[in-house]
Amino acid sequence: MKPFGQQGINVSMKKVEKNYEDREVLKGLDLQIREGEFVAIVGKSGCGKSTLLRLVAGLEKVNGGSIELDGGPLKGLNKQARMMFQDGRLLPWKRVIDNVRLGLPSHMKNKAIQALTQVGLKDRVEDYPSKLSGGQKQRVALARALVHDPALLLLDEPLGALDALTRLEMQALIESLWKQRKFTSILVTHDVEEAVVISDRVILIENGKVSLNQPIHLPRPRQRTNPAFSMYVDEILSRILNRKNNKNYSMVVNKESESLFNSINN
Amino acid sequence: MKWGIKSSMEKFLPWFIPILLIGGWQFLSWTGAIPERILPAPSQIIQAGFDLTVTGELYDHMSISLWRALAGFLIGGIIGFLFGLLNGVFRFADLFFDTSIQMLRNIPHLALIPLVILWFGIGETSKIFLVALGVLFPVYINTYHGIKTVDKKLIEMGKAYGLRGKELFFHVILPGAMSSILVGIRFSLGVMWLTLIVAETISAQSGIGYMAMNAREFMQMDVIVLSIIIYALFGKLSDMIARYFEGRLLRWNN
Ligand SMILES: Nc1ncnc2c1ncn2[C@@H]1O[C@H](COP(=O)(O)OP(=O)(O)O)[C@@H](O)[C@H]1O
Ligand SMILES: [Mg+2]
Repeated sequence: MKPFGQQGINVSMKKVEKNYEDREVLKGLDLQIREGEFVAIVGKSGCGKSTLLRLVAGLEKVNGGSIELDGGPLKGLNKQARMMFQDGRLLPWKRVIDNVRLGLPSHMKNKAIQALTQVGLKDRVEDYPSKLSGGQKQRVALARALVHDPALLLLDEPLGALDALTRLEMQALIESLWKQRKFTSILVTHDVEEAVVISDRVILIENGKVSLNQPIHLPRPRQRTNPAFSMYVDEILSRILNRKNNKNYSMVVNKESESLFNSINN
Repeated sequence: MKWGIKSSMEKFLPWFIPILLIGGWQFLSWTGAIPERILPAPSQIIQAGFDLTVTGELYDHMSISLWRALAGFLIGGIIGFLFGLLNGVFRFADLFFDTSIQMLRNIPHLALIPLVILWFGIGETSKIFLVALGVLFPVYINTYHGIKTVDKKLIEMGKAYGLRGKELFFHVILPGAMSSILVGIRFSLGVMWLTLIVAETISAQSGIGYMAMNAREFMQMDVIVLSIIIYALFGKLSDMIARYFEGRLLRWNN
């Protein structure tokens, strides 16, 4: 269990391997995440991002290496983690409130209503999911995840199917709830801008390993119009696409350019 | 105002053709264009229904038919449902039973009538057995299929949210299979009436089918047509009940 007063959890993946039959998906992946940190994971489709989240959630077992939570090995289902999926995965036969209460003791209905209030859906508690828009469904999914007070929130492309404006809204909502509650967060996204706007660190997975580990040193709330912002985005993108346009290409932004970014920013 | 006219039109329009047909039929019988021994007039059928009601015969036949239908439906439906659940959920049961059940399913159950009469005679058991057998397979197949095709992603989500065993079954798997199960039940209701009609017509001493066969011996055309209409009404009624439950259980779907 987490120590008193700590809201997040440290996640440590060491030499994690995962294969399906003879397809090796993760090949000795190392990744350390501090409690309360917000990490974004990017990478080409099929590179193993969802697999990684399922492993951390304890829905599947590693074939090699280890995953530790606050120093203790993960065994079975990760009870301190909650996952949010791209397709929402609300149960269509349950009303909004009952979706949020899923797996919650029955006397905690008030907590579910609180969570729905936090995501701005207090007046839709009695509706069925089919009556909601895509963005509203994801809000319900977010409330369902947060009602358990997870120490670790796993987000598997949760905003991938939303329109641009709704996405911005949801990004702001997730960021504000994260600031407020200080859980550790891992966001898988295919949108590099989204990764840069919301995370402390962007991780790129390639060939079953972490191939880029890029801290984002920009003050929050982040402005997309900030030149430093676009530099981060450009660098990460060109790294994903293997654009070797830069001769001495060290994609990790070094300290000097960082302070440059910050001075531009201020 | 306009809307009011439209909605009463919508209520009335589906009944226009049936009313016209019955009216025409009555008229043609009345003029003698339809001979009585081919088809009695609607008024005669109503009269026959009234007479049989007064003697209490109609009530007795109807209740015995309903009882057979219900008993056979419950026995076959429950067995089919339970096997569907069992084989859908547990891999071992699936391997153990499914192939055998699929093989039995290919035997047309009505072909068993001679055998069933030899086994059980022409008493209640034979008819209930046949109905149960007919109902069992559609319920089984659709329950099994429904459970097998529950969205795997929802099951994964349920597990990620800590649901296991009974909880996972009642919150995710069973509701996910429900629409398919209900399709099976509605289909099996049709099989139920069909089986009962055949069984009662061939071998019975009571029930609507028997009433029709008995009337044939005395050339009571009105009673024969009355029996057919009662079967049709039973079929319609059971379908309406099934639809009602479908509407309630799948309320979330629209
Ligand atoms: N349950 C599974 N069985 C077999 N192969 C799988 C399974 N889950 C994922 N894979 C394979 O593992 C690879 C990584 O998948 P995934 O983690 O979903 O990728 P991403 O989320 O990065 O797009 C893919 O090639 C996919 O086909
Ligand atoms: Mg994925």
